[in-house]
Amino acid sequence: MADPIKRDEFWHLDPPLLAGLILLCGLSLLILYSAGGEDLSLLLRQGVRVAIGFAVLIALAQVPPEALSRWSPHIFGVGLVLLALVLLVGIVGHGAQRWINLGLFRFQPAEIMKLGVPMMVAWLLTRQTLPPGWRDVLIALSIVAAPVLLVVLQPDLGTAVLIAVSGIIAIFLAGLRWSYLLLALAALAAAGPFSWSMLHEYQQRRIVTLFDPWSDPLGAGYHTIQSIIAVGSGGVYGKGWLHGSQSQLEFIPERVTDFIFAVFGEEFGLIGAVLLISLYIFVTGRGIYISFYARDTFSRLVAGSLALTFFFYLFVNVGMVSGILPVVGIPLPLISYGGTSMVTLMAGFGILMSIHTHKKFMPK
Amino acid sequence: MDELTLKDYLRETNVIQSRLVFAVVICVALVAILVLRLFYLQVDQHQHYATLSQDNRIRLVPIPPVRGQIYDRNGVILAENLPVYTLEVTPDRVDNMDSLLRQVGQLVELSEKDLERFKETQHARPGFEAQTLKAGLTDDEVGRFAVNQHRFNGIELRARLQRHYPLGAELVHVVGYVGRISEADLGRIDRAAYRGTDYIGKLGIEDRYEDVLLGAVGYEQVETNAHGRVVRTLARTSPVAGGNVHLNIDTELQTVARESLGEFEGAVVAIEPKTGAVLAFVSNPVYDPNPFVNGIDAKSYKVLRESSSRPLLNRALNGRYAPGSTIKGLFSLAALENRRSPEYAVFCPGWFSLKGSRHRYRCWKRAGHGSMNLRDAIVQSCDTYFYQLAHSLGIDKLHEFLTRYGFGRITGVDLEGEPSGLVPSKAWKRRVKGQPWYPGETVIAGIGQGYTLVTPLQLATVTGTLANHGKRIRPRLVHSIEEPQTKIRRVSQPEVLEKVKLGNDQYYDRVIQALTDVVHGQRGTARRVGQSAEYRIAGKTGTAQVIGIAQGARYDEKKIAKRFRDHSLFIAFAPVEDPKIAVAVIAENGGSGSRTAAPIARRVMDYFLTGSVEPLVPPKSKITDLRDGRPDQT
Repeated sequence: MADPIKRDEFWHLDPPLLAGLILLCGLSLLILYSAGGEDLSLLLRQGVRVAIGFAVLIALAQVPPEALSRWSPHIFGVGLVLLALVLLVGIVGHGAQRWINLGLFRFQPAEIMKLGVPMMVAWLLTRQTLPPGWRDVLIALSIVAAPVLLVVLQPDLGTAVLIAVSGIIAIFLAGLRWSYLLLALAALAAAGPFSWSMLHEYQQRRIVTLFDPWSDPLGAGYHTIQSIIAVGSGGVYGKGWLHGSQSQLEFIPERVTDFIFAVFGEEFGLIGAVLLISLYIFVTGRGIYISFYARDTFSRLVAGSLALTFFFYLFVNVGMVSGILPVVGIPLPLISYGGTSMVTLMAGFGILMSIHTHKKFMPK
Repeated sequence: MDELTLKDYLRETNVIQSRLVFAVVICVALVAILVLRLFYLQVDQHQHYATLSQDNRIRLVPIPPVRGQIYDRNGVILAENLPVYTLEVTPDRVDNMDSLLRQVGQLVELSEKDLERFKETQHARPGFEAQTLKAGLTDDEVGRFAVNQHRFNGIELRARLQRHYPLGAELVHVVGYVGRISEADLGRIDRAAYRGTDYIGKLGIEDRYEDVLLGAVGYEQVETNAHGRVVRTLARTSPVAGGNVHLNIDTELQTVARESLGEFEGAVVAIEPKTGAVLAFVSNPVYDPNPFVNGIDAKSYKVLRESSSRPLLNRALNGRYAPGSTIKGLFSLAALENRRSPEYAVFCPGWFSLKGSRHRYRCWKRAGHGSMNLRDAIVQSCDTYFYQLAHSLGIDKLHEFLTRYGFGRITGVDLEGEPSGLVPSKAWKRRVKGQPWYPGETVIAGIGQGYTLVTPLQLATVTGTLANHGKRIRPRLVHSIEEPQTKIRRVSQPEVLEKVKLGNDQYYDRVIQALTDVVHGQRGTARRVGQSAEYRIAGKTGTAQVIGIAQGARYDEKKIAKRFRDHSLFIAFAPVEDPKIAVAVIAENGGSGSRTAAPIARRVMDYFLTGSVEPLVPPKSKITDLRDGRPDQT
């Protein structure tokens, strides 16, 4: 069951994972060129982000997992403070506030938590022998809940869901008892009506129109309808690159960001969509593989959580674009146009590579 | 590394790995769901969504056709299309309609009516189609809006064609007018045919010939983006311009006739007997149709509607009058047809009374005419003779005879809303009034009084029928319809409705001779208009009572309020030898037929037959050169 360790690795990179990521980023530039109306400056900005992303990936790949484990509480703590800060500034400035302006670039503290939460959970749970007892589970849950709540208040439902999922996956992988899991699911079902009332009206409408987008074709259902039409009209082979009428004539809203998969589905058809999903499965699979053969429990938990969260991204985004999930603001990972999420994802993959390439030095 | 730690490590590895396997299973299931969903959308439902995406991007933009123009018989243009500036709004492209209307209202005057109408059409038409907010902007408004246009989205200044009637009021009772399509109109028209068109014929020729004038809407198939902006044109079907309608009306004759009526309310209808062509169709007073095109304001409309002279009433078509003595020509025919000798004489002492009754039916000549045969009775319009004649024939014979000539029935003229008039009979009275017929009612029917009601158009038509020896021809306002592209004209042929056969065709000659003597004979009631005529006229005067005169009382025109004075009537055709024009004149409260109506008819015939009469104020219009259809000023 031993993984062949490449001892001569200097860069601490994993070639199969790297190949998958490069392919995805390449596809991102390709489809952005079409979705963005052949805007080269848009492409350039995305290219810069990809470059920064790979730089961050390479940098994090050099950091051994022990260091990451040690830093986990600090990263989490700083993230939490920044989130609270953003919220305070937001209250002063009225309306949604997600950014901290660092002068050179803007930065979303919520993004830190996409990595900080699974690391923190893994750090916490590995202090005891797994599987965790109910006390540890409760502490882990509150570690997840605190940042999620702050992000929900921003309000940024999409990111909050992603943070929650990454934390919960970590707890699940750590061996959360099935009975706890069932209990949690039951509690969730009971809390449904309550959380419904907590949602913003536009969020509620998005969920309602999921079931019948045609009931409000020009309002809340518009995104879903136009996106489904785009995907459906693409057929098996697609309309061809730069030839999707739904995309080129701007019928698809948010087509360079959250709904970019609709452009992909329209222009490259079922074949293109399945190939793209396969690429995601490959990347996810490689991540799970890394987790499976990781050296220590902390690494295993973090790697598994990051890989599965990446898959969750894909599933929710494609589900949303194809009309089986509500419209929540979750981009298609690595393909959607957007700054911080690209860098965060790359950082995550950097951690995965670090975990995979730092096996030869056994601790203690 | 002690054993315990190693054991823990193995256990933990087992836990996580088994969880990972479980997660992979879940992932596989989720991928299956996604792929199935994509398969459903892209393969199973592909056709459906492909159609929807086509519908999304392709839009049919209607191109309204040019409405056909209306000309008189000499090519004088009566209804044309002038370019005007209109403000058009595409609701789908407007973010905040209220604020847009408020801001535009500061630059361009928007009346309550404009706004109300715009709201109506907004409901009735698709939001991606441009809808007229205001038509006919002034130059100032055009300038002000053009400078500020960049501030607004979804509103545009466009040059459109709008109906205009260059002669104004002169022909309103013939040509009618178009108006904005109302909600009531929307219910009955084929909406597809009116896409992009704001106007529809409401009255007159504009209404009756709507299908000819409208033309066929064209379409441009355009590709638009999500914001409704046209990206490119994919295909185009040109609109087909509406047909040009050429009328039989002679505008100058019309003007002569109306001027001759002067201040009198009334009607003049002139018809060419051989063809049924309506040469003049005057109802006085008239009003300007142009304000109706974009909707007349309530105040002006109220003035028109409540005016005591009732300008909105088309008297030539819808006015119903007692024919008075003008009916005597037909009754003379009825006498001959019923084998009464033309030499049969009736003594006129100045009155007639029924056996066993002391009621006296007066002759207009109180001293009496003495012994009258048929010819004398017509020429001198002896009432006593016709009282006696009607009494001896009976009302049902009179009814039958008048009906054969077309009274009590619509003429079938090419206008909407023609009434049938009324020719009474015993059955009619029983049915409508539930009363028996009284013999006295037959007596007064003999001089065209009582229940009998005719329209000026009927009078002129029947006069033409008389001139034609009984050949009834449908009166027609429209001469021909011209295909605007090819200039090919489709001329409507005279339509013979019926030939009224009498026992002997000479009856006509005899009655026409007597009618000629009415005008040219020494004792004829209209002898004054016959003087110095260059052609021979057959005519009959008529004076229709508006109020009853009590027994023993005298009708004294000077003492009676104007609106109760007798109506003055005259019917005539000329030349007698080869009738080219038949005229009916009714001057309301004009007094005796010979004094008011007959000279009017004479002027009309003079203009038409000799050209010796000119309109005082010639109708202003552009004469259109029919060869290229381009108007030039004359």
